[in-house]
Amino acid sequence: MMRTWQSARRLLPLIAVFGMVLAGCGREDLSVLRPQGPAAESSLGLMKLAISIMIVVLLIVFSIAAYVMIRFRRKPGQNGIPEQTHGSFKLEVLWTVIPLILVIVLAVPTVRTVFALGDNHSGDKNAIKVKVTGHQYWWEFEYPDYGIKTAQDLIIPAGKDIAFELTTNDVLHSFWVPSLSGKIDTNPTGATNRFSFSAPKEGVFRGKCAELCGPSHGFMEFKVKAVSNDEFNQWIEAQKAPAVLPEDPALAKTFKEQCLKCHAVGDQGLSVGPNLTGIGSRESVAGILLNDDTRQDGAPVEENLKTWLHDTQGVKPGNLMPDPKQDMGLSDDEIDRIAEYLAGYKLN
Amino acid sequence: MDWIMTVDHKKIAILYLWAGGLFFGIGGIEALLIRWQLIKPMNDFVDAQTFNELITMHGTTMIFLGVMPIIFALMNAVIPLQIGARDVAFPFLNALGFWTFLFGGLLLNLSWMMGGAPDAGWTSYTPLSGTAYSGTHGVDFYTIGLQIAGLGTLIGGINFLATIITMRAPGMSFMRMPMFAWTTFITSAIILFAFPAITVGLVLLTFDRILGANFFVPGGGGSPVLWQHIFWIFGHPEVYILILPAFGIISEVIPTFARKRLFGYSSMVFATILIAFLGFMVWAHHMFTTGLGPVANALFAVSTMLIAVPTGIKIFNWLFTLWGGSVRFATPNLFASGFIPTFTMGGVTGVMLASAPADFQFHDTYFVVAHFHYVIVGGLVMGLFAGLHYWWPKMFGRMLSETLGKWTFWTFITGFHLTFFVQHFLGLMGMQRRVFTYLPNQHFDLLNLVSTIGAGLMGAGMLLFLANVWITSRKPMDAGGDPWEDGRTLEWSIPSPPPEYNFKQTPLVRGLDAFWKEKMAGNKGMTPAEPIGSIHMPSATPLPFIMSVGIFIAGLGFMFSRDQFVSGFVSFLFNNYIVTALGLLITFGAMLVRSLYDDHGWHIEPEELEGR
Ligand code: HEM
Ligand SMILES: [Cu+2]
Repeated sequence: MMRTWQSARRLLPLIAVFGMVLAGCGREDLSVLRPQGPAAESSLGLMKLAISIMIVVLLIVFSIAAYVMIRFRRKPGQNGIPEQTHGSFKLEVLWTVIPLILVIVLAVPTVRTVFALGDNHSGDKNAIKVKVTGHQYWWEFEYPDYGIKTAQDLIIPAGKDIAFELTTNDVLHSFWVPSLSGKIDTNPTGATNRFSFSAPKEGVFRGKCAELCGPSHGFMEFKVKAVSNDEFNQWIEAQKAPAVLPEDPALAKTFKEQCLKCHAVGDQGLSVGPNLTGIGSRESVAGILLNDDTRQDGAPVEENLKTWLHDTQGVKPGNLMPDPKQDMGLSDDEIDRIAEYLAGYKLN
Repeated sequence: MDWIMTVDHKKIAILYLWAGGLFFGIGGIEALLIRWQLIKPMNDFVDAQTFNELITMHGTTMIFLGVMPIIFALMNAVIPLQIGARDVAFPFLNALGFWTFLFGGLLLNLSWMMGGAPDAGWTSYTPLSGTAYSGTHGVDFYTIGLQIAGLGTLIGGINFLATIITMRAPGMSFMRMPMFAWTTFITSAIILFAFPAITVGLVLLTFDRILGANFFVPGGGGSPVLWQHIFWIFGHPEVYILILPAFGIISEVIPTFARKRLFGYSSMVFATILIAFLGFMVWAHHMFTTGLGPVANALFAVSTMLIAVPTGIKIFNWLFTLWGGSVRFATPNLFASGFIPTFTMGGVTGVMLASAPADFQFHDTYFVVAHFHYVIVGGLVMGLFAGLHYWWPKMFGRMLSETLGKWTFWTFITGFHLTFFVQHFLGLMGMQRRVFTYLPNQHFDLLNLVSTIGAGLMGAGMLLFLANVWITSRKPMDAGGDPWEDGRTLEWSIPSPPPEYNFKQTPLVRGLDAFWKEKMAGNKGMTPAEPIGSIHMPSATPLPFIMSVGIFIAGLGFMFSRDQFVSGFVSFLFNNYIVTALGLLITFGAMLVRSLYDDHGWHIEPEELEGR
């Protein structure tokens, strides 16, 4: 009785697998189980095939295990010596051949998908080219065909293939948007990786760095924003427009001298740090302070910018930006006004 | 003193066991701290840097210093007995292997107290593990500590190869060898081929870090992908080094408690060899997302899946060993029976990971963390528990408490599944691994909480085991030679614990499961293969210990050779490699003594053997 219950309990996790896979769990903009694009769909297709085969295998193993453990349990007073069987050639061949067949069933579509996903669209005229560069702990996105750069928010036109070229500026990172596609590492130049995906639906998808890259690895997030074609073109134009600097000339001077020696806005500044053009309309500050103030874990842009500028190390430990107050000598008031200016720097 | 000088394999086994217990405890505490940090989103129990040190040390400690010596403990305790030998082939080397291992491990753990532990993950991928991004001495402790510890493992492996090849009792052909001896043999062969790869890798990384070389530094023409290849050419076989002995243990425990011989013995042997062989061919499945291209990915995907076939053979052979048996669920067999389904679950996720396009999603997420813990903890650690409970009476002459053993099993296995089952889903829901915390509202919170609770339960299970060990150590030594009553192999034919010389007379082996065969023929013990004679024993010696201390000092000296110390004199000593030289001098001096001073060992005479 007790045993039956225990073996039934062994099956519970399995039932849970089925339940959760079928229900599709996790956030739509984040979960591998709720794919929003063809690349993620083909990975999930294989995962479903694999898990089905594997659940069958598990069911067989678990049932035999439960059966032998219950049926052949030594009863009190049972002292005999069971027959010393040597093995069975037939049975052993059986459980060599069946797994082999199962492996082939999985291997064929695996190989096919490997080559299908290997298609990187780098020669495709219609694809949008994006150069991704990983930095400790932020992402740079360059559109070579348009001559613009942005950071943290990757804006793409929905439905189009995006041809990526990925490198890193320092240590290895890995570029991953679970709901759109599997991940790919960013290696240093010389071992540049190419791959592609597309997002048929408009929306914002969460991306992550998946390769340990230092203390703030876990905070190296980004967003992929799929917009309509028109919106995309507007965004490109706005991004190309000349820089908007703070109205107050003194503040503009400070901003240029202190911030633009690493960052860029419009046509000014350098690209040592993330490009700040139009940061007021981004999804997040520093990739993790969400600008969505309708949600409890978000806050208005301006507040997030202030949080960041007053305590960069507190937000992202180990990041390489100098501290505005300690290292750049800005006053609290200047910091707040720069935050206010940046929050108002919106595209469109 | 007795312990420092010993060359007896049974005592070295106990030394390995304590050392393994120590490191496993440290690794376990690190695991609990990691899990406590992840109990809720945006937790600040430890900071980001410390967290990375914790995961690095947890992984490194568990893989190299925690389970490996426990495996070696069982091998040392059991292998000579199982093959009817009086010791291992090279008792002196056996001691040397233990001491270098221990000092390497101590060196690595000193890093916690000496300015920062390694922080680049147990895989130490460059450039993150280079001096430019990992500025403390942490990674130096990793490279040099593992180098020294690895030396010990390599020595141990070679020793077991020699022992098993040359010292089997008369009549014990390879195809009459117990399964645990087989897996030890194959494991040792893997060690022999895989460890040189990591040795070279660690040397090159040490050169990069301490001498400013550029093997893995992109700016200087080096390649981080090269490190990944070297690391995994070692690292993948390493997992088989860990799991094969567990397979061996399960293959001993199940027949004993089912009162049946192992089903399909020769296919088990064949499967073991095949797994070892394939284990060397699949390293790049850890690198599917590195960008090797579709051809490499396809090849490595398919060859990885093939490993499922010999593994499947093993699982079904175990199940059919139980089939038709008279199965008794003593604690060792509880662990062995828990092993089968749990390990199978780890195996099937392994096949899922092998499908490269699916791995693009799984890789570096909690799904992978779940998978390898199912294999390593659900497989290996359960196997070790089975083995420890099984051979404890043989090693110490005392039976562990069955009641506490059963409690240990149920607490541990429940905690285990709670901890790691949910992690599959965390990975699929988008949680990458090696993150020191996570943002709220991503649907990660509940499952992480469950996982942490499970880890607590596993910790409790470990405590129960320790309690069992402690309570047992106070009981009288009263275990019989064959305490499970159904022992099949040679180790059960002699008293528990065995006398120093193991076998008064070398036994004659007349078939597979030699002792069982004699019992079935109505004999009380083994038929001897030789008359009682004088037994040659090796002398105890402190030299292995001294040699290891020398290497330890040399390692420390080399590591700090570029540092400025407060005292100019100390700087002088380190910067001119004087400390390094001193350490090497101690080691080579001890070697010299060993070569010049001819030690013939000593003899136990027949009168003494007959005396009792
Ligand atoms: C109480 C039992 C254990 C718990 C709760 C535990 C938990 C964890 C956790 C939470 C991680 C970090 C995952 C990440 O973010 O990367 C981890 C990593 C790891 N664990 Fe365990 N673990 C346990 C036992 C073991 C054992 C026994 C072994 C091996 C023998 C092991 C090997 C590893 C390895 C190799 C890593 C990867 C480290 C790295 O990323 O560099 N663990 N473990
Ligand atoms: Cu990262």
